[in-house]
Amino acid sequence: MTQTSAAPAITPCAVDYTKRTEYLDELAAFRATRKLLKEIPFSPSLPQKGYNDRILHVDLSSLAFQEKPVTRQMKDLFVGGRGFGLWYLWNAVTPATRWNDPENEIIICPGPMSGLTQYPGSGKSLVVALSPQTDIPIDSNVGGYFGPLLKFSGYDAIELQGKADRDVILVIDGQKGIIRVEDGTQAPADAHILAEVLTRTYAEDEADRPNVSVVCAGAAAEHSLIGMLNFTWWDKRRGCVRLKQAGRGGIGTVFRDKRVRALVCRGPVVKGDMNHPVDLETIARAGIRLHQEIRTNDAAQCNMRRAGTAHLVEIMDAYDLLPVHNYQFGSSPEVARIASNVWQARCSQMTVDGCWYGCSMACAKGADGLVLKTGPYKGHMVTVDGPEYENAAGLGSNGGVFDPEAILELNFYCDTYGVCTITYGTLVAFVMECYQRGILDQERTGGLELTWGNWEADLEMLHQMARGEGFGLIAGQGVKKMKEIFIANGWGDPQLIRDIGMEVKGLEYSQYISKESLAQQGGFALTNKGPQHDEAWLIFMDMVNKQIPTFEDKAEALYYFPLFRTWFGLNGFCKLPWNDVEPSDNASTSEPAKVPEHVQNYLDLFCATTGIKIDRETLILQSARVYNFQRVFNIRMGKGLRANDIPPYRSVGPVTREEYESRVERYDKQMLEEIGVDPAGMPVDEKIAITRKHRMDRYAMLCDAVYARRGWTADGVPTMARLKALGLDVLPEVVAVVQAHGG
Amino acid sequence: MRQLRIDLSRCEAGRGCAEVCEQACASKVFKLDDKRFAALRILQGTDAVICDQCGDCLTICPTEALKRNKLGVVVIDKMLCVGCYLCVGICEKGAFERLEGWLEPYKCTACGICVKACPHAALAVADVPTPAPRII
Repeated sequence: MTQTSAAPAITPCAVDYTKRTEYLDELAAFRATRKLLKEIPFSPSLPQKGYNDRILHVDLSSLAFQEKPVTRQMKDLFVGGRGFGLWYLWNAVTPATRWNDPENEIIICPGPMSGLTQYPGSGKSLVVALSPQTDIPIDSNVGGYFGPLLKFSGYDAIELQGKADRDVILVIDGQKGIIRVEDGTQAPADAHILAEVLTRTYAEDEADRPNVSVVCAGAAAEHSLIGMLNFTWWDKRRGCVRLKQAGRGGIGTVFRDKRVRALVCRGPVVKGDMNHPVDLETIARAGIRLHQEIRTNDAAQCNMRRAGTAHLVEIMDAYDLLPVHNYQFGSSPEVARIASNVWQARCSQMTVDGCWYGCSMACAKGADGLVLKTGPYKGHMVTVDGPEYENAAGLGSNGGVFDPEAILELNFYCDTYGVCTITYGTLVAFVMECYQRGILDQERTGGLELTWGNWEADLEMLHQMARGEGFGLIAGQGVKKMKEIFIANGWGDPQLIRDIGMEVKGLEYSQYISKESLAQQGGFALTNKGPQHDEAWLIFMDMVNKQIPTFEDKAEALYYFPLFRTWFGLNGFCKLPWNDVEPSDNASTSEPAKVPEHVQNYLDLFCATTGIKIDRETLILQSARVYNFQRVFNIRMGKGLRANDIPPYRSVGPVTREEYESRVERYDKQMLEEIGVDPAGMPVDEKIAITRKHRMDRYAMLCDAVYARRGWTADGVPTMARLKALGLDVLPEVVAVVQAHGG
Repeated sequence: MRQLRIDLSRCEAGRGCAEVCEQACASKVFKLDDKRFAALRILQGTDAVICDQCGDCLTICPTEALKRNKLGVVVIDKMLCVGCYLCVGICEKGAFERLEGWLEPYKCTACGICVKACPHAALAVADVPTPAPRII
């Protein structure tokens, strides 16, 4: 018999993961005040080949419900997920629509693959809305059970439009075939209590709780533009609700503006064939192969099963990529305090993580037994999601916070208050640098001493955001609007404020330093929705492995990878199992960065689910239709041109003397070798100016190369020839936008 | 806990034995008439794939469909199983079996039917200490 290998040397976390503060009084109070506003029946169904072929439109203003068919053309052009979301949003709004108009929608669409239980990372929902931060469509890819349960109740998507006249809770009961609207006025505001109360209320008994998922924001989403949506699942072993986040772009703010307190879906008991794929056996075999690969390779590769995405902290630090003090520096001598071994020890390991069934990658770690030190829940013992890398870096090093328990508390409050941790981390870093440079002071912050690492002031600002008061209200507007406010108030050098405020199109950067990777500068600033790393993460290919040295190479990478990654969002997949674990022989393949074996898995899964055979070129074509459609959508809304793709200089090169001097050898060498100017004896300010011109010129050349590769004009408009090649010329409104902009 | 064990020095598989243990398991336990579907696999008398009830799968099953019964044997509750096959892929011993068309996997329950069937007394069910759960 094969012998069991020795157990890995992991010291289990000593915290009892079943213990936390219970909210039974809140549960009883909510149950006592429940009030039904409307109830209608519907016919539950299960998807066939991944689709139910109908969606649910909700007009919150009139509490009217309408089932709409999913057409063949929609599937052919947009596939599902983010594609459907963008299509519904396009039809709902006009160029004049803004985020808080009733016409704006929130669309939640799981995608045809979402709900597979056999392949890791197959339970995602895509959320689309007009963003309060960017005024263009935002899309967010989120775990939790809501999307699959919605599909298994009978709907491929839900469209929320209009505004309710009071706070409402919308319940879709796929077991009973009833849609119910209840008064949400008396429901708790914050997610960790609200989701717990609603799950226990709408599940018939304890065994039914895994069949219930809640979507909700939190108190700070009501007072800021950076609100996010929590999507829940019931963690059976912990005995509590867990939260995953549709974070970016302020969708939680739109949700609360529509006066939705929560969405609840109670789906049927999940089984392994509910998506009714045409060939379950192929899906099962691919899934088992990947489970085996994760079992064999994960510990030596990314160690996602133990540390989640936080395994990246020390790697980013080693390569000068960890954002420290608002992206000024890429590493810190204090990094060991927030390194992955800290989180590995702090997260409970002897349990099951994973934000949908069957995810052996299981990166959704949980830190239990956190006793809060501040805020309205001071003294409560809670479970915190993660922290993921973005949170350890964003809530940690970027603001100079290296206390793991403080990072966990910030993470907890961001989640329960319903604000995006990435956005919050980046805006805090900006605020702290403004404080360092005298753009802000205690008078301007209302007494908050926002010095680097002052997590107590950081948390107080977050509590203010939730209470809707003080400087927290200003911070909650996000970096773009803060820049405008600080400049308008004459609080500092406008150029400096623009340079150090890390946003493009109104969205804050995620937590990677892109200064030394031209390709990644494009990977952030050329994104459709704003600088989020889910489109392209090219830093290692570009900066470390030197695989894409020319502009054409970088343009090819900025063509392929954003399109390939878009495909996950069309189908309801998570990106992580694609390349956060690799086959043992991946390095010897012709294109290891693409992970060819896993790409083949996705082609097989699509065919095995829908019955439609696709190849690699078709996969890219499916994505390219949606990607270019979204670009045209941006243009239609007044953004999406070259002028909107310009990064803040902090993401391109050194803004300040300290930054230049921190990497002086590297920058001087580049000046000599790349620019042909001898820096010897030159004042730092002059070297900064020369470097800046060189780097921004390079960025402009990158834009030229990328636009050409993508089939866009020099102003970034998809050409008519590109539209025709994609088959988007059948949509007259799309053609009209392109023609009006010289495409 | 109960555990099925094999003494390979007694096993005659590949030396004239018709692997009646596999046949008995497939037909009597799972009502399948093909011994390839048995929950134990004798590899020509040189090795065998048999669940040792180590319990690794208990700690990774997302729905707690895998449990130890009162004899300490790991069993699958089909009502709770969502067919994710995490157990199939994660098990280092390859002890889970799957049949096309069946949503849930299956495994050895140390029932002893194969022990009775073996003409060479190579199989036995033993009581052994239950190992402590480990992090997988």
